[in-house]
Amino acid sequence: MSQSVKRTFAVFVEDKPGVLNRVASLFRRRSYNIDSLNVGATHEPGVSRMTIVCDADTDKARRIEANLYKMVNVLWVDDITHKQTIDRVLALIKVNCNREQRDEVLKICEVYRARAIDMSPDRITIEITGARDKVEGLVSVLKPFGILELVQTGTVAMTRGMEKHDLAHPTVPASRNDAA
Amino acid sequence: MTPANPKLKNRLGESLSGAQIIWEALVREGVEVCFGYPGGAIMPAYDAMIQYPIHHVLTRHEQGASHMADGYARASGQVGVCIATSGPGATNLITGIATAMLDSIPMVCITGQVPSALIGSDAFQETDITGCTIPVTKHNYLVTKPEQIAPTIREAFYVARSGRPGPVLVDITKDAQQQSCVFDWNDDEIELPGYRPDYAPPPEQLEEATALINSAKRPILFAGHGIIKSQATEVFTEFVEKTNIPVASTLLGLGGFPATHRLNLGMMGMHGETWVNKAIQDADLIIAVGMRFDDRVTGNLKTYAPNAKKIHIELDPAEINKNVYADVPIVGDAQAVLTELLPHVEECARPEWLAYIDEIKGDSAVRDIKNLPDLGKLYAAHVIHDLYRFTEGKALVVTDVGQHQMWEAQYYKHDYPRKLLTSGGLGTMGFALPAAIGAKFAQPGDSVWVICGDGGFQMTQAELSVCAQEGIKVNVAIINNGFLGMVRQWQQFFFGGRYVATPLLSPDFVKIAEAHGLTGIRVETRAEVEDAVRVAESTEGTVVIDFRVEQEDAVYPMVPAGANLHDMIQRPKPGAQEHNPIFETGEDE
Repeated sequence: MSQSVKRTFAVFVEDKPGVLNRVASLFRRRSYNIDSLNVGATHEPGVSRMTIVCDADTDKARRIEANLYKMVNVLWVDDITHKQTIDRVLALIKVNCNREQRDEVLKICEVYRARAIDMSPDRITIEITGARDKVEGLVSVLKPFGILELVQTGTVAMTRGMEKHDLAHPTVPASRNDAA
Repeated sequence: MTPANPKLKNRLGESLSGAQIIWEALVREGVEVCFGYPGGAIMPAYDAMIQYPIHHVLTRHEQGASHMADGYARASGQVGVCIATSGPGATNLITGIATAMLDSIPMVCITGQVPSALIGSDAFQETDITGCTIPVTKHNYLVTKPEQIAPTIREAFYVARSGRPGPVLVDITKDAQQQSCVFDWNDDEIELPGYRPDYAPPPEQLEEATALINSAKRPILFAGHGIIKSQATEVFTEFVEKTNIPVASTLLGLGGFPATHRLNLGMMGMHGETWVNKAIQDADLIIAVGMRFDDRVTGNLKTYAPNAKKIHIELDPAEINKNVYADVPIVGDAQAVLTELLPHVEECARPEWLAYIDEIKGDSAVRDIKNLPDLGKLYAAHVIHDLYRFTEGKALVVTDVGQHQMWEAQYYKHDYPRKLLTSGGLGTMGFALPAAIGAKFAQPGDSVWVICGDGGFQMTQAELSVCAQEGIKVNVAIINNGFLGMVRQWQQFFFGGRYVATPLLSPDFVKIAEAHGLTGIRVETRAEVEDAVRVAESTEGTVVIDFRVEQEDAVYPMVPAGANLHDMIQRPKPGAQEHNPIFETGEDE
């Protein structure tokens, strides 16, 4: 049995009512704990893309993939955990920040390539995009100032380079037994 | 393509109501009978029904409707259809839908829904039935427009019967039934971009499997439900006879391979035969066909078949490596895979392995019922074994869930597929009578027997009225022991003998039958069994036999839940428990 690691699945689904519910229901029913789930439109009409992050060992990951494929509305599943990917989270962080602290906070933002997007005399709102650990890093550095509000998206991920999916003609990998 | 029913008037291109289109679609899908219960949101559909050549069976509860559709599907191999109204009508179907889901039964359930403008308003009899049934259907649909009805029903049938079959629910709003549109029926192949029901077995895995099979010294074949579903009995039998590999069956696999075949060992698992489980633990190769290594089959996974490599032939990729790791997984249809493998496997006599199994049979074996002294007491095993003899093993038996179900599996030997219908995966009490009614509609020429307990029978006994109203004949054998027997057995074994909530008072079942205008018979001794069975077989209408059996008998052998497969509780030796004359004599029959 291999070790449980954070897995990232890119899941292409038909853009129909209730599909998110079906996918979420599958994870709940099979006790696959979702770390984050993000869904949005793709460039292909009628196709939505989900990025699902969850803990799973290799066997469990295969079963998650196989169970996703069983769903009528699921077009394509790609376990991109071990592929070269770009992973991004977006977070908005509102922190306590008076005039004396402002420079310090803005410097921190610079280090993390985050941006201040709103400001009032005693608080500041910061936007950051990046890998999850980078966002977590910024949050921990800002904590001493007093975080008033924090909202973040789930991970969205994409493979690097040439690989792309032909969504208009999705096909199963040649041998589904490999993914079984 | 579906040939149009000759009784169907051609209405293509005409403006029809959604209600009419429902029946147009069902008839075109080959539906001849459906089981249901009307109500407000499905009334337009019911009103249109009389124009179409479909026989509707009014059930006494919607659960009965879904079990009947299920029984119809199991007995015929066709898609079963049930229909109900919104809200409670739809939710009452759910137990039957879940039953069909766990046993991969093709079924289409049509439900009415409140008008689309009222959806989400907690309207009278509104339930989010598509939401409710996501986990227990293969797929489901909410239809709000009449023009969606025909393509959706067509797709529902396709999804229900293709690949690993399952129940599909189509929820249709009342306004979609009432509005009209031009009726169109497209016979083209259905295109579902994300749906892949069939997998071709890849050659490498077939080669690996062949090599394992040809080099195995102690191989064993598992016959699961998939054998029956893919109609693989013939090629499976050829495979068995060529390779001389003995066969163990799952509960749902019974009948997929003839029970009386010399290489059939019997059922495996919790109440399987001791020698079968022992042979599995000693095997060096398991070739599992169309089964899913349920916990009732494996016992403790850590000690399960420790010496065996596993070849897992299964249509559903999600079942591979779920419970038991497969050394060679082959995702594909059982019949197709066996047909591919057959020419490459070698003939082999295996005298040592077969002799060894015979030997362990002798050690641990069998209930020699025929030779038991008649002590004037009636045992369930007597009843079922006699039923097997007097029906010459040819009945279509539908069981409920519990002790009698296991005794049926042990004592009624099924040589043909689709002659044992039982709720294996979900274990649904109350399944037997309605499923048997559905089965009788599918196989009117068969002698259909219900074997059920006094507990399960009372859950759905109202469906006896359906037998009377429809003039349908099934025979009902109630194994009446005055307890919820299987739970009582667990209480006896594992809960210190505290019989909490298991003693069961029942009505007079003979009078219940008579109250429905049917025949009731009471049997209290073994001598009366034969007569009762013969009377039941020759009586025109449904007959209910109340078999008053020994109250505290138990199903042996037994692997306690989660225990090692080879650690079975055996029936006490004679003398150890005087009142119980059924013991293992070491002789098979």
